[in-house]
Amino acid sequence: MTTIELPSYLEQSDAVRNRFDRLKQREVILEVKKLGKQFHSQQGLVTALKNINFKTHRREFVCVIGPSGCGKSTLIRILAGLETPSSGEVLLDHKPVLEPGPERGMVFQGYTLFPWLSVKHNVMFGLEMQGINKVTAESEAMNWIELVGLEKFSEAYPHQLSGGMKQRVAIARALANKPRILLMDEPFGALDAQTRCKMQANLLEIWRNIDITILFITHDLDEAIYLADRILVLKANPGEVDEMIEVAVPRPRHLSQFISPEFLATKKRLEELIHPPVVDDDTDGLHMIRMARVGDDVEGVE
Amino acid sequence: MSFLLPILVWSLVSYVPFLWHPKVEIADPGSVSWFKSGMLVDRDVFAEQQQLATQQQLAVPEGFRANPIYLPAPHEVAIAFYTAFTTAPTRSSEQWLHESLWHSIQVIFWGFTLSSLLGVPIGILCGTYVAISKLHEPFIEFFRYLPAPAFGALAVAILGIHDGPKIAIIFIGTFFQQVLIIANTTRKLDVALLEAALTLGAKKLRLLFRVVVPGILPDLYRDQRILLGWAWTYLIVAELIGTSSGITWFITQQARYKNFDNVYAAIAMIGIIGIVTDLLLAQLGKRLFPWEKTQAKV
Repeated sequence: MTTIELPSYLEQSDAVRNRFDRLKQREVILEVKKLGKQFHSQQGLVTALKNINFKTHRREFVCVIGPSGCGKSTLIRILAGLETPSSGEVLLDHKPVLEPGPERGMVFQGYTLFPWLSVKHNVMFGLEMQGINKVTAESEAMNWIELVGLEKFSEAYPHQLSGGMKQRVAIARALANKPRILLMDEPFGALDAQTRCKMQANLLEIWRNIDITILFITHDLDEAIYLADRILVLKANPGEVDEMIEVAVPRPRHLSQFISPEFLATKKRLEELIHPPVVDDDTDGLHMIRMARVGDDVEGVE
Repeated sequence: MSFLLPILVWSLVSYVPFLWHPKVEIADPGSVSWFKSGMLVDRDVFAEQQQLATQQQLAVPEGFRANPIYLPAPHEVAIAFYTAFTTAPTRSSEQWLHESLWHSIQVIFWGFTLSSLLGVPIGILCGTYVAISKLHEPFIEFFRYLPAPAFGALAVAILGIHDGPKIAIIFIGTFFQQVLIIANTTRKLDVALLEAALTLGAKKLRLLFRVVVPGILPDLYRDQRILLGWAWTYLIVAELIGTSSGITWFITQQARYKNFDNVYAAIAMIGIIGIVTDLLLAQLGKRLFPWEKTQAKV
C-alpha cells in the first residue's frame, strides 16, 4: 500500500485564509466562557464539561465533534438553556443565556415535531408563541416550508413524513423564529446514509441563503469537515476543548472535495484527536477466546 | 365472532336434553300427591317416585328432563329481552324497563361527568407539576384503596336516599383512579416535545395548553373510555344503596319473582349498552385524532 503524502491540516490557500480573516472580523454571536458542568451520579460527582471557551461569529458554521461521552449533548443543551451550567457563562449577543428562548433555535436528534399539528401548524407554533397573528404566521410559515421544499406536504401530519422530511420541517420550524443561532444536536444521526448526504447539502444551501449562525453537533468526521468553517474538537473525561480546527477546504463545498488533500489532511488530524493511539488497558474490547479450532485447511481471514 | 362460542355452548346445554339437564319437569303428576304439573324436581327424586308408583300399581307420573330455573334457554332470554320493553310494570308505581335503564344511564352520566370535571384537570396538573403531585397523590393513593361501596351508608346519611348517594359512589369509585391514571399518562408525554416547545418560545400556561394537553389527548381519551367501563361496574353497587333503583332494581325484582329470563335479558342489556358506547367512542376517537398513527390503539 502506498501512503499518500498529505499537506498539514493547518495549511490554507490564500482564498481560504482571507475568508477566515474576514470571518473573524464579524461580530461575535455566541460566546462561551469558562463553562463547566458537573452532576451527581451513582459514581459520585462527574465532570461532564470543564473549562470550555469558544466564540462563534455571525454566519459562521461551527461543528462540535468528540468521542462519545465527551459532553457534546450537554454542551448544546446548556447553550439552548435546557440545562444550567455549574460554572462559567454563555453569552448570546453579549447577554447571558439563562433559560430556553426562541432566539436560539434547536433541532434535536430525535423527531420532536408535534404529532397533533400539521406541518404548517408545526412551523407556525413558534410564531404564534411570539404573539404574531395567525394570518401573518401562516404566510411566513409557508415561506419556510417552501425553503425546505415541503410545500406539497404543508397539510400532512408528521407521522405521514419520512425521517428526512421530519427533520426538514424541524429546521423550518426553528428558523421561522428567526433565531440568532441554530443549534443542531446530531440532527441527521438517525437518517440513512443517502438521505443524510442530501440533508447535508440542503442545510449548506439554506445556510448560504439566510443570515444564520449554526452550531452543529456530530460524531461523523466527514459530516463535520463537509459542513463546518471551524470544528471544535472535545475530548472525553472530562469534556474539554482539545482543539479548534479551521477547515482548509474551500467553499462552496462539494462532494468531490471528500478526496481533496485538504479534506483528507483535516480528517487525518481529527482521527488522531478522536482516536488517539490506544494504550493497552482497553476494558471494553472483545475477548478473543477461540471457541472452536479453525481447521488448518482454512486460510486465515487476513 | 368471539360471541359465537359462548352462545353455542349455551345453546347446546339448553337444547340437547342429555347434556346436563339435572331436573325433571312434571308433565303429569300421576298419583304422587305433592307433584304438580310444571314443577321442577331433581332427577333421582323423580325416578324414585316413578318406581314407587309402578310398584304400587298406581298412576305413574310423567315428565321430561329440564334445566334448573336459573338457566333459561337463549330463545327465552331473547323473548324476554323483547317483552321486557313491551310489558307494562305490574304495579303502576313501578317503572318500565326502559325507564329503569334511562335512570341508570343518568346516574352513570352524572357520576362520571362530575368525576371527570375534577379528576381530569387535577390529573393533568399532577402529571405536569411535581409540587402538585406531591401535594395530592399520597392522599389519593391512600384513598383509592378504600372500597367505594364502603361509603354507601355514609353517602346516604349525607346525601339522602335518592340519586345523590348513587352518584357519589360512582364518583368515589372513579375519581381517585382517574387522577392517578391521568397523572401517569401525562408523565408519559415525551419530554423532548416539551423541550422543543421551550426552545420555540413556549412558556408556562401556553406550554400546558398548547403542548401538554394536545400531546396527551388521544391517551386521555383512551383512559376515559376505560374509566367509563369502571363506572358501570360501580353502578350495581350504587343502585343498591338507599332506595333501590334503575336496572339493578329491575334485576333484583325479577330475580325475586324467579323470572330469570328477564334477569339474563337485563344483564345482557348492560353489556350491550357498554360495548355499543365503547365502539361509538372508538369511532369518534378515530375522527377526533387523525394524527394518531395506529388506529388500532384508539
